[in-house]
Amino acid sequence: MLDMPRIEIEKCNGCGLCVGVCRCGALVLIESVISIITTYECHWCTDCELICPTGAITCPFEIVIE
Amino acid sequence: MSPGSGIMAAEIEILKSISYFSGLSTEELNSITKFISKKTTERGEIILLEGEPSVEVYFIVSGAVKLFKTSAEGKEQILNIVRQWESFGDVAVFDGALNPAGAQAMVPTMLYSIRRNDIEAILREHPQVSRNVIQVLVSQVRHSMSLVEDLSFKHVIDRVAKILLEYAGDGSGNRPRLTQQEMAAMVGTAREMIGRSLKSLEEEGVIRLDRHRVVITDNEALKELAGANA
Repeated sequence: MLDMPRIEIEKCNGCGLCVGVCRCGALVLIESVISIITTYECHWCTDCELICPTGAITCPFEIVIE
Repeated sequence: MSPGSGIMAAEIEILKSISYFSGLSTEELNSITKFISKKTTERGEIILLEGEPSVEVYFIVSGAVKLFKTSAEGKEQILNIVRQWESFGDVAVFDGALNPAGAQAMVPTMLYSIRRNDIEAILREHPQVSRNVIQVLVSQVRHSMSLVEDLSFKHVIDRVAKILLEYAGDGSGNRPRLTQQEMAAMVGTAREMIGRSLKSLEEEGVIRLDRHRVVITDNEALKELAGANA
């Protein structure tokens, strides 16, 4: 399963800024509630996390030693 | 009610939400609507160029704009994300000098703007706006001073290195993941500084950003950096 940015629905205010900033179309608003579509086009730019005013979207990094 | 008056009522409601015009009466806001220009921008559109003259203050009605500076090497430093009801472009308008930063729409954005001469007229006519502008500018100064502190005095990269070592795992998923916001809180810096630090570490060949993974490629170099801040 491909990792995607995480959403906490209860924090989402439905503003849609994340939909506007997402370059790969992974985020959609359905009846003012944010939803995420799994896509390999998501390159973890973290812009959705950056722009979200309520902290509803997070893009956590796994840190590994090569 | 004519369609025109409906539009004006909507504009007055918008103005009420903008910090510059907080506390003004409907009549006062009504007199300001004639100075407003509207503009919509696409995602990625440059609204202000750093080092260029500007004669308008912008207010975000919807959307978001990033303010940034670009180094001679092309590195971008985000100074601030300006959100709904906030303003930008104020500095160059009030001091008459060039834009200290660029401004780019992060999403499709609707803006109101007011030209310098008109702002001056509004300030003369409505002392409350002057008081509001002082509050807005003071808030911007505080944000900038905090960023200056981060950029000047804190060894952010060293501390990011330390956190990466502390949270590094073998990829089996048994270690907690960290967002840039969480790393920023741990380091005691702005989120913008974390993105910059990770990019610097990648350029130095110490880590590799592999989508949602930070892969430590030079453990010894990372330890050395972390040790500098131990």
